[in-house]
Amino acid sequence: MSSIAQKKGFGATIWDFMTTVDHKKIAILYLISGGFFFLVGGLEAMLIRVQLATAGNDFLSAGTYNEIITMHGTTMIFLAAMPILLAFMNAIMPLQIGARDVAFPFLNSLGFWLFFFGGIFLNLSWFMGGAPDAGWTNYASLALASEGHGIDFYSLGLTISGFGTLIAGINFLVTIINMRAPGMTYMRMPLFTWTTFVASALILLAFPPLTVGLFFMVFDRMFGASFFAVEMGGNTIIWEHLFWIFGHPEVYILILPAFGIFSEIFAIFSRKRLFGYTALVFATILIGFYGFMVWAHHMFTVGLGPTANAVFALATMIIAVPTGIKIFNWLLTIWGGNISFTTPMIYAVAFIPSFVAGGVTGVMQAIAPLDYQLHDSYFIVAHFHYVIVGGVVLAILAGTHLYWPKMFGTMLSEKLGKWTFWFFFIGFHLTFFIQHFLGLMGMPRRVYTFGADQGWDLFNAISSAGAVLMAIGVIILLVNVVMTSIKNERVGNDPWGDGRTLEWAIASPPPFYNFAQTPLVRGLDTFWIEKMDGNKKGMIYAEPLGDIHMPNGSIIPFVISLGMFIASFGALYFLDGDKPWALAVLIIGLVITFGSMLVRSLKDDLGFHITKAELLEDAKGGNTDGH
Amino acid sequence: MMKGIKKWRLFALMTTLLVFLAGCGREEISTLIPAGKVAQDQFNLLILSSVVMLFVIIVVSIIFVLAIVKFRRSKMGEDMIPEQVEGSARLEFLWTAVPIVLLLILAVPTVYSTFDLADVSTMDVQAEDGNSSHLTVNVTGKLYWWEFEYPEQGIVTAQELVVPTDERVYFNLISADIKHSFWIPSIGGKLDVNPENVNTFYLEFDQESSELEDGVFYGKCAELCGPSHALMDFKVKSVDREEFDQWVTAMQEEPTPAEDAVAQEGQELFEQSCIACHATSGVGGTGGVGPNLATFGDRNRIAGYLEHDEENLKNWIADPQEYKPGNLMPDPESLNDGEPFTEQQLDSLAAYLMGLTVEE
Amino acid sequence: MDINQRYTPQSWPEHPETATMEGKNKFIGFWLLLAAETVTFASLFATYLALKDKGPSGMEFSAAGLFELPLVFAMTMILLTSSLTSVYAMYHMKNHNFKAMQAWLGITVLLGATFLGLEIYEFNHYVHLGFGYTNSAFSSAFYTLVGTHGAHVLFGLSWFIALMLRNAKRGLNMYNAPKFYLASLYWHFIDVVWVFIFTVVYLMGVIG
Repeated sequence: MSSIAQKKGFGATIWDFMTTVDHKKIAILYLISGGFFFLVGGLEAMLIRVQLATAGNDFLSAGTYNEIITMHGTTMIFLAAMPILLAFMNAIMPLQIGARDVAFPFLNSLGFWLFFFGGIFLNLSWFMGGAPDAGWTNYASLALASEGHGIDFYSLGLTISGFGTLIAGINFLVTIINMRAPGMTYMRMPLFTWTTFVASALILLAFPPLTVGLFFMVFDRMFGASFFAVEMGGNTIIWEHLFWIFGHPEVYILILPAFGIFSEIFAIFSRKRLFGYTALVFATILIGFYGFMVWAHHMFTVGLGPTANAVFALATMIIAVPTGIKIFNWLLTIWGGNISFTTPMIYAVAFIPSFVAGGVTGVMQAIAPLDYQLHDSYFIVAHFHYVIVGGVVLAILAGTHLYWPKMFGTMLSEKLGKWTFWFFFIGFHLTFFIQHFLGLMGMPRRVYTFGADQGWDLFNAISSAGAVLMAIGVIILLVNVVMTSIKNERVGNDPWGDGRTLEWAIASPPPFYNFAQTPLVRGLDTFWIEKMDGNKKGMIYAEPLGDIHMPNGSIIPFVISLGMFIASFGALYFLDGDKPWALAVLIIGLVITFGSMLVRSLKDDLGFHITKAELLEDAKGGNTDGH
Repeated sequence: MMKGIKKWRLFALMTTLLVFLAGCGREEISTLIPAGKVAQDQFNLLILSSVVMLFVIIVVSIIFVLAIVKFRRSKMGEDMIPEQVEGSARLEFLWTAVPIVLLLILAVPTVYSTFDLADVSTMDVQAEDGNSSHLTVNVTGKLYWWEFEYPEQGIVTAQELVVPTDERVYFNLISADIKHSFWIPSIGGKLDVNPENVNTFYLEFDQESSELEDGVFYGKCAELCGPSHALMDFKVKSVDREEFDQWVTAMQEEPTPAEDAVAQEGQELFEQSCIACHATSGVGGTGGVGPNLATFGDRNRIAGYLEHDEENLKNWIADPQEYKPGNLMPDPESLNDGEPFTEQQLDSLAAYLMGLTVEE
Repeated sequence: MDINQRYTPQSWPEHPETATMEGKNKFIGFWLLLAAETVTFASLFATYLALKDKGPSGMEFSAAGLFELPLVFAMTMILLTSSLTSVYAMYHMKNHNFKAMQAWLGITVLLGATFLGLEIYEFNHYVHLGFGYTNSAFSSAFYTLVGTHGAHVLFGLSWFIALMLRNAKRGLNMYNAPKFYLASLYWHFIDVVWVFIFTVVYLMGVIG
């Protein structure tokens, strides 16, 4: 039961990852699959910019273009950004609070596999009769009219992966509530843990409306229900409400963990405690809270009436206040610090002006009458790419460099990292800054082509050129990952030298039980406190060395998800009428899913114990420094 | 050397100017060149909010630049450990209060304008003669074209909206199929065209479109509605009230039959097939299967976006799916006994259609 | 935690459902799940209210004309009673009285099954009147809201039955006590949702 990495065959490694319930391995699964979908979504983005590089381009047909924008948005939000953030939450949050694993390791694995199979299912639409083509918002009247199975792939795929995300959210909430190490009070939790906590709460309350909306969509399209069928008394605006009641918190589900990552980075690389920690925490909570009260600002032009528009306009503006508090506290964190411009830090530094630019255009769009002009124009495309790329993607890239050593035990190249940064950062601003003006010049979004007589040619060409630079940046990152993995120079506990929180007090990567002895936390930035006190071990312990109880691995989460994946195909083709085998596929899939759930509940799974002797063996093996 | 720098400067200046000018876009469609009260109000809000936001950006930028320049490790020394400051209640108060003040500056005109732009209470006010004192246009969005009904005048047209300048024009919007959004950027912001309810708002046209280079304002569909969403354009002609009244009168007359032989042949052909969906008289109401063609010869574009010439018209009739994928115009062969239209047939149809006009 | 450890009513803890770390985690996690379920039902209720009595022009069905209170009132009483019997079951669980707990759970299951049977009868009745699932937006919203609740009842019943059968020979221990507790919590939640359905759909529907 030693944690020292043993040379394993390829098949054994695959099996290990399929059955793992270890939060660190699940994090790697999330990172790999999220990264893969990020590349897919990026490829789709490049196709969009090629199509729009010149006026009247016929590189893509109108129908294909709509499929590509739909899949670009859906993939980037649901299958790339969120899973990669879940990867960091999984990898780091339990370490930050001094836990040995998450509260429900089995469900953690189930959450991943549901997301994974949902994402694969959605993307298989490309090869099975066409992708969804009603935009990532999937507005109901267009979605109901869409031919083929694209929209069904969207509804069922997102339902499955949405269950996975919901499970992950509940799991993180319980972990943070129940599994904090002694002394880790709420107001001593690192900011990344706090943002994980609030984002998980948002997941918990925001995903059910989406699931309900998707079910309505499935029922309407497949079983003849009439939620959105206007001639049957239905109402398509219900979809818009349900989607945005989910959709706006979703934006904060993405941006809050990004804020968390940047908060960690500012503190580490300024070698300084976060300025106004308490204010940052409450700003996070407030942003999460307001996130549920502003959804209708996505619907200013729907015709909800001036009262609703005015109320939602004012509510939306208020969000600028806690966001501003965050920005100024970060600025004051680096103020008076000792700034080291490592790759994560330059991302964090670059994030501030980028995100402020995205934030101020957000306030402009909160002005409802002005939004009548900006809504559904390229201005909004520019705005949300400024917050999502300038906020979330920069955080993902920063987090990848920051946490790579903790997850894999080796550092990404700083030199290549900076090359990635410059290409990506310049390309990003080149691509999207100019789109604000395209919008103001009257260019609507989601147009597959534009006429040469409208004055939009030059700016679109510049925008496409910027996209190429971003692509080069991402390619350099891939090279960096490959080269780093080949070199595989091992690093110690605290590779950045200025780590402040518990994850930097243990080996990189940590042993599978994380902490041989549960740490005792004495304050905010507990590892920094111990370092400053000259404690060579980096932590003090809350318990003597003793047996550790750990959960068993299991293939059941994989099988449950596989069953739902299979059943979805059955459901999808069942109502074509001419495919009698589809019913069989549906039943087989459901039997697999419910059968494996039954096995899980009938078979006692009590886990196993690592004995004290084995822990001592590990410690002797020099595991504390990762070798 | 100096000369080189000067040239470079001049070049840089010219480029900046060019980008700046291009940054305003074309007057037919840019929100930055407002040509009506609504767009002007919205433009003013844009300028106001940009100024406030620029202030925020400048403040953040100053602190930001100072911080990253002053506190670099190369200056502070490798081993220097900064003081671990906890925070400052005074500063927290400051950067909570100041943004709230800035937001209040924005909030007041926002609320005022939200109610002002939604105020359609004068829509049904009647003048002394019993007619309503304002023009109302019923707009119906269809895949992928626009129908404009003038209920008071008893006329209907499509694809090209004709409106009087310098007065409020009220719009009732509804979709016949999929959700669209009605947007004339240089006249005013958009409003969604929903399938389940009528949305009402007003616009004002303060400039005659004949002053524009292209002679019309450009209108757009701003809500993804299928493959040809990008091509669901319409055009707006704004004329003074007198000219508008003349146009209405002309629309209310019966169309004159085609005169020359080719066009007569075209009319014959049209009345065998196209007439099932397309009316050629401007008199009538909403509900056309295809766009009303009474003003076809007066229009600025074919199919909403192609240059208005016979060549494009013939191409369009011969293969509508090629130019507007997913539109509902029937396959030409189904109208012509299974045969594609011959060149001669297309010529005659084009001649007939181009002759449909209500303007002089 | 040793699954084979034998307890007596004296050594049995006061709150067996949260006496272990696993129990505590499940307890919090399940409450959070119920929060998500609440949002789910809130969305369904909002949709139902938006689509109530909406249908194609000339639709003959309306909530006021369709619903009959006596049957639904009986169903409500049965479900409320079953909630009470599950409380008795939990009372005996906390006192480590396994047999009494099983008995009360058995009664709960019988009442729940009766409720479900009556619901199926009710739906069947409406379908025979021509008020099928695809009849109108109103019918879709009605069946989806009430049917989702029915599916929850079915799941709750299956959960109770599985727990009772699985643990029939083993008796109570620290491993299964939280499971019994959560199942009964779930049952209460279903009951509360039904009270809302009874009020919003049926009472307000009949009143008009």
